[in-house]
Amino acid sequence: MKLFIYAAAALSVMTMGATANPIEQRQANMKERGQILRVLAPIAQGRADFDAATVLDALEKLNANAQAAADVDAFYPAGTETGDTKVKESIWSDREGFKKANEDYLSKVAAAAEAKPQDVDAFKAVFGPIGASCGGCHETYRN
Amino acid sequence: MSSLAKISAGLLVAAAVAGGAAWFLATPSRLNAAALASFGEGDASRGEQVFWAAGCASCHAAPGAEGDAVLQLGGGERFKTEFGVFVAPNISQHPTDGIGSWSVEDLANAMMRGVSPDGRHYYPAFPYTSYARMKPADIADLYAFLKTLPEVEGKAPEHELSFPFNQRWALGYWKLLYLSDKPRVQMANASEEVLRGQYLVEGPGHCGECHTPRGILGGLDASRWLAGAKAAEGEGSVPNITTGEGGIGDWSKTEIIDLLETGFTPEFDSVGGSMAPVVRNMAKLSAEDREAIAAYLMAIPGHPSAD
Repeated sequence: MKLFIYAAAALSVMTMGATANPIEQRQANMKERGQILRVLAPIAQGRADFDAATVLDALEKLNANAQAAADVDAFYPAGTETGDTKVKESIWSDREGFKKANEDYLSKVAAAAEAKPQDVDAFKAVFGPIGASCGGCHETYRN
Repeated sequence: MSSLAKISAGLLVAAAVAGGAAWFLATPSRLNAAALASFGEGDASRGEQVFWAAGCASCHAAPGAEGDAVLQLGGGERFKTEFGVFVAPNISQHPTDGIGSWSVEDLANAMMRGVSPDGRHYYPAFPYTSYARMKPADIADLYAFLKTLPEVEGKAPEHELSFPFNQRWALGYWKLLYLSDKPRVQMANASEEVLRGQYLVEGPGHCGECHTPRGILGGLDASRWLAGAKAAEGEGSVPNITTGEGGIGDWSKTEIIDLLETGFTPEFDSVGGSMAPVVRNMAKLSAEDREAIAAYLMAIPGHPSAD
């Protein structure tokens, strides 16, 4: 059993290095998204102080992360709807809707980075819609 | 009378008694007059809080409804389960297609006993197994709020269930096993806050209906209360929300409250699927009520994840 686990772990490391697995790729992208939100959300909630440079840095990272996931067909190809993934079948059955939701997110994040908010209220105005689109997309396209 | 005849007669009587008892046991039982007398006059604004706590719109609004459209309770959403397809009925104020002609007693019997005004059993896809723990005053308030909502025309289609699950009468026996108004968890010396959380989670919030595993007859496994479960629909699983292994033992109270209000986990994942509309409901509760739910979840026994 132990040997099997080691072998499986070694195998998964190997596959990650060679041909990237779309399931792992998109999960890594989402994880990174969460890490960046960890910086931004407490500022929006008033639990951390607003600092324009910190916020801009995080928004630019969030934008780069979003652009990296812009190619829906590469991240969610046919055959990756099962396995170690929480996706809903609707990503494939409602491809157009899913692409639209992704583009909607991309444009909101790009607009937030572009806005370079200089105070907490300006930041909240551009950050609020981003948070709402997370839940909206997960409701329809993820379990 | 020969002894054989005596035995036969005795058996007949026994069969009649047993049959009668069986019939009686399976007959829908309504709330008694004393229980109904405690309802009092409902208040619609308090009722709105009960409405969000009980999550009525999550099933009875049209699929995908947003904003004020969630108050159009025309039903029609289909729930594909291993028992068949359940279709949420119209509970709008339409007098014939919805429940506009119901009395407060009718609503109470439906929610707390799973019995329709014409005396039929409801299927427990409608979570009366949780609503049975609700306070009569909350039902009266909810009734007053529902009265303020619009009429929606059109009856929802019937459930699509195959034998034996289409045998409604059998639910009488099922209820004997699983319908109770007793607490799910015994809380010794619990604070007011924890008790309020217990009420919200075990009663109107009906959290256990998805977050607790079920046995082969579809009843909740009380020994693994809130330990997570296979999703009733589709392939996914519903997370363990106890402090046990695989659960939320390392979450702070603030993190639990944040999830209920914003939908974000401590890792800043945003909850999806059917929890997303639940969060929209929870966000409408008072901050004290969200705090109470968090306090209760931290106080109950932890179990390792069931699924």
